[in-house]
Amino acid sequence: MRSENTIVIIGGGPAGLAAAISAKKNGAENILILERDRELGGILNQCIHNGFGLHTFKEELTGPEYAGRFIEEVKALGIPYKLNTMVLDISPDKTVTAMNSEDGLFEIKAGAVILCMGCRERPRGALSIPGTRPSGIYSAGTAQRLMNREGFMPGKIVVILGSGDIGLIMARRLTLEGAEVKAVAELMPYSGGLKRNIVQCLDDYGIPLLLSHTVTDIRGKDRVESVVISEVGPDGSPVPGTGKEYECDTLLLSVGLLPENELSKAAGVKLGSTGGPVVNESLETGIPGVFACGNVLHVHDLVDYVSEEAANAGRHAAKYVEGLSRGEAAKTAGQRTVDVVPENGVRYTVPVTVRPDRMDEELTIRFRVANVYKNIFVSVYLGEERVQHRKRPVVAPGEMEQVTIKRQDLLDRPDVKKITIRLEEE
Amino acid sequence: MEKKELTCIGCPLGCQITVTLENDSIVSVAGNTCPRGETYARKEVTAPERVVTSTVTVLDSSLDTCLPVKTDGTIPKGKIFSCMQALKGITVKAPVRTGDVIIENVCGTGVDIIATKTVEQNL
Ligand SMILES: Cc1cc2nc3c(=O)[nH]c(=O)nc-3n(C[C@H](O)[C@H](O)[C@H](O)COP(=O)(O)OP(=O)(O)OC[C@H]3O[C@@H](n4cnc5c(N)ncnc54)[C@H](O)[C@@H]3O)c2cc1C
Ligand code: SF4
Repeated sequence: MRSENTIVIIGGGPAGLAAAISAKKNGAENILILERDRELGGILNQCIHNGFGLHTFKEELTGPEYAGRFIEEVKALGIPYKLNTMVLDISPDKTVTAMNSEDGLFEIKAGAVILCMGCRERPRGALSIPGTRPSGIYSAGTAQRLMNREGFMPGKIVVILGSGDIGLIMARRLTLEGAEVKAVAELMPYSGGLKRNIVQCLDDYGIPLLLSHTVTDIRGKDRVESVVISEVGPDGSPVPGTGKEYECDTLLLSVGLLPENELSKAAGVKLGSTGGPVVNESLETGIPGVFACGNVLHVHDLVDYVSEEAANAGRHAAKYVEGLSRGEAAKTAGQRTVDVVPENGVRYTVPVTVRPDRMDEELTIRFRVANVYKNIFVSVYLGEERVQHRKRPVVAPGEMEQVTIKRQDLLDRPDVKKITIRLEEE
Repeated sequence: MEKKELTCIGCPLGCQITVTLENDSIVSVAGNTCPRGETYARKEVTAPERVVTSTVTVLDSSLDTCLPVKTDGTIPKGKIFSCMQALKGITVKAPVRTGDVIIENVCGTGVDIIATKTVEQNL
């Protein structure tokens, strides 16, 4: 297949769907979504709880409902998609290699590629919990899929390690289905999950949240029989003698998500401190015409922001292929580029670079902080000049933050080469 | 006098709010940083409500065997488990559309259980 102006979208989750819709609405004619699952919607198909779409639709939807709205729009716009289709490789010249049972192995020479592959859960191997390796240990997302899509109950007496949102949601789900959740242990002194989930998933059911605790031993031969939970000291290591044994048949691990990077790496895309690709203001990676959005770019907690970001990526991709057809691609060289630098408690930013000539009138820069900070100022510097200084009662790693930069402010300051975002005491 | 402790979910600050009650009526609300916290606490203490989401079995589905469902509005918190009980053993047949009513007026709450996903029939 040769289709020099086709925008190939890899992944049909909320990011892929919103990118496709936006690309279409911005004039792109040839779009193709490739999805390895047997349906569109991505991870939302297993997120049956409500809490999606408050920003976008001003109502609280469940995951499948939220995805459903975008799927219907994709269908109504007649955007083609291929299901059960695994993308195997993207080459630096944007040749996408994929496979399914109908077409076999096939290649598409794409005009633009939008990476929308989502994220994967950190596997247990990446953590070093001592003890045996019996059955009954699941990642929280796997347990969620088993319960919500396949109707399979992973266990009866459960301990959960990690208090990210998936772990919290699963604590409630298991309890509602009759399991006993003994505790949620969290290594950090604060939970990475949303407050609302702590209240409505744990407090509502009297499930204890053990902050600064971790699992230090897993016992059982064939099946998990118990786990030992110990206190963690300020240095992050378990305090000897604090271990307490919890009988259980199942241990769920909710210990973080990582952008799905295999394909990005194969394409030669540079990765950065989000764990995903480094992108500019147009959500374009280091390879011109390869864009990224959603959880593959940085892990989001709110799907609304995924859709918003993806719509931007789709729009920029449409602009890119339009430029290609006019032979504009080479023009980007030599343009002014401003770096966005996270500092002093700011862990990363998206984007990482900004080309004032290419940016919209306003640009949202999203970032995460490294710790919980109270009564702190979020400051933005253009060069050495502080242009924003906003007091925040609290910021936390679990909640994504954002600031807005105006294009005019950068155009007015032609010498500025860096935008710094930092936290300040005063 | 009775005191109830709760965490406000209005924003990431998560204020610890103490509600003081006397004979089931609220005497005072303390600990909230903003008025939203007080509104939340009053509702939580007097008539907490939740949306319940779960799944039921779907036959002849072209995809999964589980159909996701939800209460089409909030129900009293105290009725969550009887609502879950009412969902046990419910089986529907594909096709189902998002919004189709699966159980009317679940547990006398006046709220229906509706499907949250469209599932086509397996032909
Ligand atoms: C368990 C969980 C609970 C959540 N709860 C909430 C919540 O309550 N409220 C909220 O607003 N947000 C929530 N989120 C966040 C939100 O759902 C995600 O941020 C959003 O789904 C990310 O969308 P995405 O399209 O980037 O990724 P995904 O939804 O993961 O979609 C990626 C898609 O790419 C496909 N794919 C990957 N690799 C390939 C390949 N090589 N070839 C073909 N296809 C491929 C996958 O099959 C998948 O369909 C939750 C997320 C998770 C994981
Ligand atoms: S009381 Fe106000 S400031 Fe405190 S958590 Fe609730 S909404 Fe936030």
